[in-house]
Amino acid sequence: MTAPVYNFAYLDEQTKRMIRRAILKAIAIPGYQVPFASREMPMPYGWGTGGVQVTAAILGPRDVLKVIDQGSDDTTNAVSIRKFFTRTAGVRTTTATGEATVIQTRHRVPEAALNENQVLVYQVPIPEPLRFLEPRETETRRMHALSEYGLMHVKLYEDIARHGHIATAYAYPVQVDGRYVMDPSPIPKFDNPKLSDCAALQLFGAGREKRIYAIPPYTRVTSRDFDDHPFEPYRHDASCELCAATESYLDEVITDDAGNRMFVCSDTDYCEHRRALGHGPVAASPPAEAVHD
Amino acid sequence: MNDEPLLIAEGLTKHYGRQLGCRDASLELYEGEVMAVVGESGSGKTTLLQMLSTQIEPSAGRVLYRMRDGSVQDLWTMSEPARRFLLRTDWGYVHQDPQLGLRMGVSAGGNVGERLMAVGNRNYASIRTTAADWLGRVEIPQSRIDDTPRTYSGGMRQRLQIARNLVTAPRLIFMDEPTGGLDVSVQARLLDLLRRIVSEMRIAAIVVTHDLAVARLLSDRIMVMKGGEVIEAGLTDQVLDDPNQPYTQLLVSSILPA
Ligand SMILES: Nc1ncnc2c1ncn2[C@@H]1O[C@H](COP(=O)(O)OP(=O)(O)OP(=O)(O)O)[C@@H](O)[C@H]1O
Ligand SMILES: [Mg+2]
Repeated sequence: MTAPVYNFAYLDEQTKRMIRRAILKAIAIPGYQVPFASREMPMPYGWGTGGVQVTAAILGPRDVLKVIDQGSDDTTNAVSIRKFFTRTAGVRTTTATGEATVIQTRHRVPEAALNENQVLVYQVPIPEPLRFLEPRETETRRMHALSEYGLMHVKLYEDIARHGHIATAYAYPVQVDGRYVMDPSPIPKFDNPKLSDCAALQLFGAGREKRIYAIPPYTRVTSRDFDDHPFEPYRHDASCELCAATESYLDEVITDDAGNRMFVCSDTDYCEHRRALGHGPVAASPPAEAVHD
Repeated sequence: MNDEPLLIAEGLTKHYGRQLGCRDASLELYEGEVMAVVGESGSGKTTLLQMLSTQIEPSAGRVLYRMRDGSVQDLWTMSEPARRFLLRTDWGYVHQDPQLGLRMGVSAGGNVGERLMAVGNRNYASIRTTAADWLGRVEIPQSRIDDTPRTYSGGMRQRLQIARNLVTAPRLIFMDEPTGGLDVSVQARLLDLLRRIVSEMRIAAIVVTHDLAVARLLSDRIMVMKGGEVIEAGLTDQVLDDPNQPYTQLLVSSILPA
């Protein structure tokens, strides 16, 4: 059902052109934060209005949209954004990563390798990676312009001094194509390697902060680190209790009031896909039900 | 040691709108030399220091600097990246207010290590060792390396600021009232430390102060400013013991108690 009061994908064509210009500029300067005139969207800022505007600007009638929130297609946030585009653009939606042409995401990169016909749109709360140590925007802009990134390492230094290792687990800073340092949005650092040399176009939209940035396909993205404290992607040392995956990013979920926990794939589509292929719980570990008294 | 000047200022002038900040100031500073700039409040000391250190652009005049490779460069025709690189490697700037010169939310080790990381040091252990060594040199207990300057006393903050600036072994350091706002006993200790480090490292320094005792203790040469102009300059002992200008005579007699 398409509501006739809205233009296709809600935004008017002039606004979409403005956003597309920002996107093109972002693609031309990988990792650089392009300011854009962010619009009010019919949802609160915390709900990914930046990502929604980027998606609205690139969506065509034949696109197939997938929306994930922390790896899941079923959270309120994901469901409502999907509904929003079903209603305003009438596009087909899917939960299957492989079928989607546009994937809007909050806090995860899908496990399945993406292809050249896909665009991954990230929702970004705070686009400026240097913000926490240098609150002056004039100064951070100059640092980017002159590639003065010593401060980024000060943050990592502080981490090691305090915790003995780089404790930053989300929004772990990266450098794009050897030039701009970028906040990959609050994805777990487990996902950082997937950003590099990715076949899909990656777009980042920050609504409240009015910034768009991009990683073009097949661009080298490196995680910042020290020689003697190299970057290490982290995952729980376990396998998924539903599909036995040992390579995927796992969520620890509480299964009952007694505080029993289990590890499952954070990427629900990936997990379901594996189970459909016959992968199941590893024999050695007790089935989930067995932990109940 | 090279006997060409390290820094040459020619006719530095700064107007803030119609207000004169500093007029036609010129100087030459040599390697390892300490120059004091003294004068009453509003006489143009900070304005001069900020023009010399490229923090404000002069209305007229120029500043030449002899780079490490021996070439002499006009600082305002240099590219901004090159100038900023110079500022955080070959120069230091110690603010009167340590909050302006430190990152108050970052540990002492991070504060000292920042310049090393800025020039590309990517080895945590070596950064930390160097930072710890520098804390020792400015008499801060190494056990405080992971504390932020918020937990430091005023004197410690000032010493931390000095360590943060000197870690890249600069050849020139600018200081604006480095002992201002500190207790007398704390001042004395800081001055002692400054004098020792500057002479050990053979760093050239320009120190702004309105305390003639500080000038006498630290500097080889002195410039006296009044109303935005340099009215007298020379060897510190000579100027302070035998001032030419009536204004300097007044300054010396009123500020140097018997
Ligand atoms: N940003 C500014 N805008 C306008 N006038 C200024 C500005 N900064 C300084 N001035 C004026 O320029 C003159 C020189 O000021 P400056 O700060 O250089 O003096 P100073 O010798 O450092 O004084 P103090 O000992 O009080 O620090 C003063 O008349 C001052 O009011
Ligand atoms: Mg001043």
